[in-house]
Amino acid sequence: MTNAKSKPGSILIKGGHVIDPAAKIDAPMDVLLRDGRVAEIALPNKIRGSADEKFDARGLIVAPGFIDLHVHLREPGQSYKETIATGTAAAAAGGFTSVCTMPNTAPVVDTAEWVAWLRDPERGAVVNVFPIAAATRSSRGATLTDFAALQRAGAVAVTDDGKPILDDEIMRAALRLGAELNLPVVQHAEDTRLTERCSMHEGPTSFRLGLRGMPASAEASVVDRDVTLAQQIRESRLHVAHLSTSDALKAVRRGKRAKARVTCEVTPHHFTLLDEDVGEYNTNFKMNPPLRSSSDREAILVALADGTVDAIATDHAPHATHEKEVEFERAAFGITGLETALALAITKLHRAHKIPLTRIVELFTAGPARVLDLRGRGSLARGNCADVTILDPKKRWTFEAAKSRSLSHNTPFDGWQFTGKVVATIVGGKIVYCAD
Amino acid sequence: MCASRFAGVFALALPAPLWPRMMQRLRSYAMNKPARGSLLGIEHVEGKEILGLLKLARRMNPLRARPLLRNKRIVLLFYEASTRTRSSFEIAAKTLGAITTLVQASGSSIEKGESLLDTGATLRAVGADAIVLRHPCAGAPHLLAKHLDIPVINAGDGMHEHPSQALLDAFTILKHKKTFKGLQVAIIGDIYHSRVARSACHLLTKFGVKVTLCGPPEFVPEVAATLAPGLRVSRHPEEAVRGADVIMLLRLQKERLAGQKIRLQDYVGHYQLTPSRLKLAKRDAIVMHPGPIIRGLELTGEVADGPQSVILDEVHNGVPTRMAILARALGKTK
Repeated sequence: MTNAKSKPGSILIKGGHVIDPAAKIDAPMDVLLRDGRVAEIALPNKIRGSADEKFDARGLIVAPGFIDLHVHLREPGQSYKETIATGTAAAAAGGFTSVCTMPNTAPVVDTAEWVAWLRDPERGAVVNVFPIAAATRSSRGATLTDFAALQRAGAVAVTDDGKPILDDEIMRAALRLGAELNLPVVQHAEDTRLTERCSMHEGPTSFRLGLRGMPASAEASVVDRDVTLAQQIRESRLHVAHLSTSDALKAVRRGKRAKARVTCEVTPHHFTLLDEDVGEYNTNFKMNPPLRSSSDREAILVALADGTVDAIATDHAPHATHEKEVEFERAAFGITGLETALALAITKLHRAHKIPLTRIVELFTAGPARVLDLRGRGSLARGNCADVTILDPKKRWTFEAAKSRSLSHNTPFDGWQFTGKVVATIVGGKIVYCAD
Repeated sequence: MCASRFAGVFALALPAPLWPRMMQRLRSYAMNKPARGSLLGIEHVEGKEILGLLKLARRMNPLRARPLLRNKRIVLLFYEASTRTRSSFEIAAKTLGAITTLVQASGSSIEKGESLLDTGATLRAVGADAIVLRHPCAGAPHLLAKHLDIPVINAGDGMHEHPSQALLDAFTILKHKKTFKGLQVAIIGDIYHSRVARSACHLLTKFGVKVTLCGPPEFVPEVAATLAPGLRVSRHPEEAVRGADVIMLLRLQKERLAGQKIRLQDYVGHYQLTPSRLKLAKRDAIVMHPGPIIRGLELTGEVADGPQSVILDEVHNGVPTRMAILARALGKTK
C-alpha cells in the first residue's frame, strides 16, 4: 500500500479484525467500501468481485470512523492558532473521520451563514465537519439564536462553550426549543461566579502554587441544575461537555436513571492527568475544566468502564506559543488533543485499566454518533458512510509535538511513549491519512 | 574581557537586520533549567543550603561596603509596588558594589504590552547579570528563569512565595532564638493570599519547627495544612499563641474582606494580637510582621511598639540577607 491519497472508488479492507460495537461485531471480517458507502461487510474471503484498491489489514483493527464531539478549529477569525484545513489534518492523523466544531470563534458562529461557511468545501477540510452553533447570540447568554435556521444550515447541536449558560430561564428556554427540534444543548458546565481569576483546580496543588483554584462544585452545581431541567422538559436533550468531576458524574447518573436524555463526554487528559501534574507552572497543563484530583479521575475511569460516559472527546484547543509562554495565570486555557486521543485511550484505559477495546471503540464511534444523532455514522453497517478508522493496538510509538499536523503545539504529551496507533483513516471511501 | 562584557550594550546599536538573529539566540534558551544562583522559592531549596545562606548573611555588614559584585549589573524588575523589598535589595546590591537599575511596569515598555519574556530578553541584552523580579503572577520568576541564562531572584510572585522575606525572618529568628530546634511558631492572619506565609511555612518546617496557622476559614482553608509536613490549622489565636516562641502576623488587606462572610470588627475582635493574647505565649516570645503593619487591625499599637516586637529588626536584617542572596546568585560567596 502506498502513502498516496486515493480517489474515491472502491476499497476492500481485507484480513482485519472488525470492532463495530453498534452492530455488535467483534470478529475477523472484510469490508468493502464503494461510492462512499459501506457496500459489504462479511466473513474473511467471502466478498466476491473486485475493488480498485485493496487494504491489507492483517493484524489491525478495523473500526467505524471515530467521531470527536468537541474540537476548536479556530476559524473564523483565529487562523493563526488553527485552520479547518490543519485541524482536520490533525484529526485524520488521530483517526477521526468526523469532528464537531465549537462556535467560540471570532465572530461567534451564531448564524446560519457562518454554519454554512464552516461546511464550505473551500475551507479544505479532509474529514467531516459538523458545526455546533452558539445557543445564544454572540454567546452572551441573553437571547437565544435561531435554532431552526442553524439546524437547517447543518448545525448538529447548540452550545455557548467556554461561556456556560448560567441563567436558569435561558437554559430552560434553550432546552425547550432544542426539544421541539430534537437538537441537543451542549453545556460547558462551570459556575463562573466561583471561578473568577482561577487558573487551575482547587486543591493542595493550587494552594501550594499560590494559584486561585476552581472548586469541583462549580462544575457539579451547573450539571446538577441542567439535569434537573432536562428531567422536567419532555424530550429535551442535554449533553454535558468535558465532564471532569465525580460529583458531576453523580448528577449525570441521576438523570440517566430517570430516563432523561442526558449524555456526557470525557477528555483524554482528564482520564490521564491530575492537577499535580501542572508541576512548576507548566502552561501546557492549563485547560478548562482544569485537571482534577485523583478521586475525580478514579470516578471518571469507573464511569468510562460502566457506560455512564457516552463519548471520549478531545476538546482540542490549539493556541499559539505566545499565548502559552506567558505567566501561568495569563496563559490561554486549552491543549491540543486530536493526535493523542486514541493512543491515550489504549495506553491508559485498555492497557493500564483493562477496559476492553470494544468499549473504547464504542466511546469513539457509536457513543458520540448517538449523542448527536449522526445518521449513517458510528457503525460499519451496510449502507452507512464509508468512514473507517484502522488502527494497530499494539504499535509502540513516541509522540512528537513538533511533528503534529496541528498549527499549534500546546500539548502536555510531547515525548510520551504510547501503545496503540492509527494506521489509516478513510473518509467517505477516501484514504485521508495513512501512517508511514 | 571588557569587550565581551559590553557586547550586549553595543548590540543595541547594531543595524536592524541583525536583530532577528539575536532574538533567535535568546529563544534558544527556551525551557532550560534556571541558571545557577537563581532563587525562585524556598520549597525546593535544601535545609543545608538555607543554613549556608544564613551563615553568609551573618558575615555581611551593611555598614561596610564590600565590592564583591563590582561591575555586576543587577536589574530590579518590579511589576508591583514595594518599599521594603525594593529598597533593601537595592541597598544590598550597592553595598556589594553592583550597578543597579530599576525597571517598573509603569514608565517602561511593559506599559506598551511587552511580554515578561521579551522584557527579560531585553534586559539580558543590555547586560544584566541578574534579575530581581517582583510580579503579581505566581510562577512569573519560574517562567523568566526557564528562558534566561542569568540568575533570577524572586522578590515576591503573586500568592506563591517570597523567599528573601522567609530568609530574613529566619535570620531574625536565629538572632533571637539561636536555634530552630523545638521552636513553636504561630502565623496569624490571611495565609491564603500570603506569599510570605507560604515561604515561611516551607522554611520553618524544613527544620522541624512546629507551625500553627491561625485565622478564619476564608483566610486559612483546611488545605493550608497540606503545604508542608508538620503544619497545623487552628481557628483560635489563644490556642495558636499559647506556648509559642514566635508569633508572625500578616497584613490584613481590608479589600480582601469584601465579599467574605467575616466582618472587619469580628476579625479584629477574634484575631487581633493584643497584649493579653501575647501573654499566653512564652515570656521571651518575639512578635514578627513582614509589614506594612496596620495598627489597630492585626495588632495593637502597644504590641507593635512593645519590647517583644522585632518588626523593625526584620526590616534591618533584610539588607544583609539580600546581600547574601545576591552574592550567592553571582557566585561571589568568599
